[in-house]
Amino acid sequence: MGVHATKVVLLAAIAISFIVSLFQSQINPYFLQIIIYIGINIILATSLNLINGYAGQFSLGHAGFMALGGYTGAVVSTTLGATPGGSSAVIILPLALVLGGIVAALAGLLVGIPSLRLRGDYLAITTLGFGEIIRVVIQNLDFLGGARGFTGIPKLTNFFWVFSVVSITVFVISNLVNSSYGKGFLAVRDDEIAAQAMGINTTKYKVVAFVTGAFFAGVAGGLYAHFVSYINPQQFSFIRSIEIVVMVIVGGMGNTPGVIIAAALLTILPEALRPIAEYRMVIYSLSLVIIMITRPQGLFGRELSLRSLLGRLRKQAMPV
Amino acid sequence: MQPLPLDSYLNRFSTAIRACLGLHPLVALCGILLLAGCGGGGGDNTIQIGEYSSLTGTAATFGTSTHKGATLVMQETNASGGVLGKQIKLLTEDTQSKPEEAATVVTKLITRDGVKAVVGEVASGRTLAAAPICQSNGVPMITPSSTNPKVTQVGDYIFRVCFTDDFQGDVIARFVHNSLNLKRAAILKDVKNEYSVGLAHYFAQSFKQMGGEVVVEQAYSEGDNDFKAQLTAIKAADPEIIIVPGYYNEAALIVKQGRELNIKVPFMGGDGWDSAKLLEIGGASMEGTYYANHYSTSDPRPVVQNFVKKFHEKYNETPDAIAALSYDAVSILMDAIRRAGSTDGPKLRDAIAATKDFDGVSGTITIDNNRNASKSAVVLASGPDDRQE
Repeated sequence: MGVHATKVVLLAAIAISFIVSLFQSQINPYFLQIIIYIGINIILATSLNLINGYAGQFSLGHAGFMALGGYTGAVVSTTLGATPGGSSAVIILPLALVLGGIVAALAGLLVGIPSLRLRGDYLAITTLGFGEIIRVVIQNLDFLGGARGFTGIPKLTNFFWVFSVVSITVFVISNLVNSSYGKGFLAVRDDEIAAQAMGINTTKYKVVAFVTGAFFAGVAGGLYAHFVSYINPQQFSFIRSIEIVVMVIVGGMGNTPGVIIAAALLTILPEALRPIAEYRMVIYSLSLVIIMITRPQGLFGRELSLRSLLGRLRKQAMPV
Repeated sequence: MQPLPLDSYLNRFSTAIRACLGLHPLVALCGILLLAGCGGGGGDNTIQIGEYSSLTGTAATFGTSTHKGATLVMQETNASGGVLGKQIKLLTEDTQSKPEEAATVVTKLITRDGVKAVVGEVASGRTLAAAPICQSNGVPMITPSSTNPKVTQVGDYIFRVCFTDDFQGDVIARFVHNSLNLKRAAILKDVKNEYSVGLAHYFAQSFKQMGGEVVVEQAYSEGDNDFKAQLTAIKAADPEIIIVPGYYNEAALIVKQGRELNIKVPFMGGDGWDSAKLLEIGGASMEGTYYANHYSTSDPRPVVQNFVKKFHEKYNETPDAIAALSYDAVSILMDAIRRAGSTDGPKLRDAIAATKDFDGVSGTITIDNNRNASKSAVVLASGPDDRQE
């Protein structure tokens, strides 16, 4: 699909989310809430997929970027005094989201540059530490509410905003990695030395991946803050980062459609398992273990196409 | 390549699972989703009350206590014929001690299950995430034990039956200043915990107003085990009392290590100290410590003794303050439904707001204009004797 065709798809997706949002009040709020969480998780997972899956830099700091975006967005919209349903929200929410994204992207730049000397486990630990630093700093900032959290954020996020951002995220990331420029990410991932020998500026690619991923994580954080209307630092602990990493791994590293499906499934699963109360997290974890044993490359591997899926089904039907 | 024994075992295992699950794990996942998707509904002859609490996760002990207290009221009420001729059905959802889960389950309780009122949570962080949802849906919510003043400021459908952090901070300050007659206090707070930070703040504020002095303020983080550095710094400032507004597990360790460092001055905390674990961990070093609390099991009032007895019969343990508060929260709700004669949102809200001199386990409760409970606090010495403040 060329860029022109994907642009049409993007505009269509935004139009559809606008039309659906007109009927938002018809959807049961509980389901709507799950749908919105799915959207936010898709943004987080696809943006992390750019860093972890395509560029091959194992980052565990996504919740930190999300926190920055969430808090920045919250400060912007509360200072400007947006009200839900007010006409000013149409301007203030995108502004809050973009500013949140920019602050997160700057942090991505900050963590990207020193981390470039590191690879694999070392990078994972650095980013993990960085995410925790962000959280602990926020915890100690009194004007952000500290450990007591930030209250009274206007509830501006709705179906339209979430799924427009989802469409934009998927559009930007899939066009980026499918462009000839984007092949550089894959080269860095597959063999850094060979990529360097081919004249690819590996440093630049890594920084671009970090900054872009962090930007969208920040935007997701802003959407989240304006949806739950109360945030506190504990919501952005490294467990949150791990949840996002799990979505990427289950979906298949470097496979955007797979990651989208995994993000949706892993958001629905704990809710669907609610009737079995305390045991649901056991079942949830057990399904992750089973998925990892049977499909270590993720549910969909690196590529998702109908042909490969059918081929795989046929292969699995045969005895090993 | 020769496969390792473990590998071949895993391979066989995975083939077996694959055979069980069908062709693709995705198919199995969808199966689970479909199976779990079937839910139930409530009947006409019941009043459904929602409860959200942290049954799993970091605050699981508090959540379990809350649940026990609430269940006890529900069973007592149903045994005596229910309310308005209907049986009470308590729908309980777990929050995993996470704020976003609290928001999700409360949305579910209200919009899917159609509960008439909501009771929960222990931690203010989770209550604050859920309160706006109850407010915007017009469903009254009573929090048993969230002490953060911001909770009831969310709106006119949000109530609480416990005292607030500012009141508790003031009680501790008055006790230290007037009853113990001490003027130089040190604070050791948990920076990771909104409750601890708030209580420390309100204590310092009241204590300074009374003319006391906070000589040093030190901090730790939930989960720490070693407090010797902070305690040494506190010892150097030579306070007359050390205030530890945290939870029981760290507080007990702090007191123990303080005594090891030969700190002889008293320690004092808030209701976070209330747990049988406090004495279990702290042991003999808890001598000469005090804490503010919601109620005392040795209170001779019949409502308290009756509650302690029934709780002990059912669960074979002594109820803590969290269980007592949850018992009071649901009892007040039952009382309000009776007085309102209806479970209609605005009527029920007005009835809860009109609660006056309710004889609760945790004291005589009157709901004030800010929807907080005005009531008394108790200061307990860690030992057999306790004093009323």
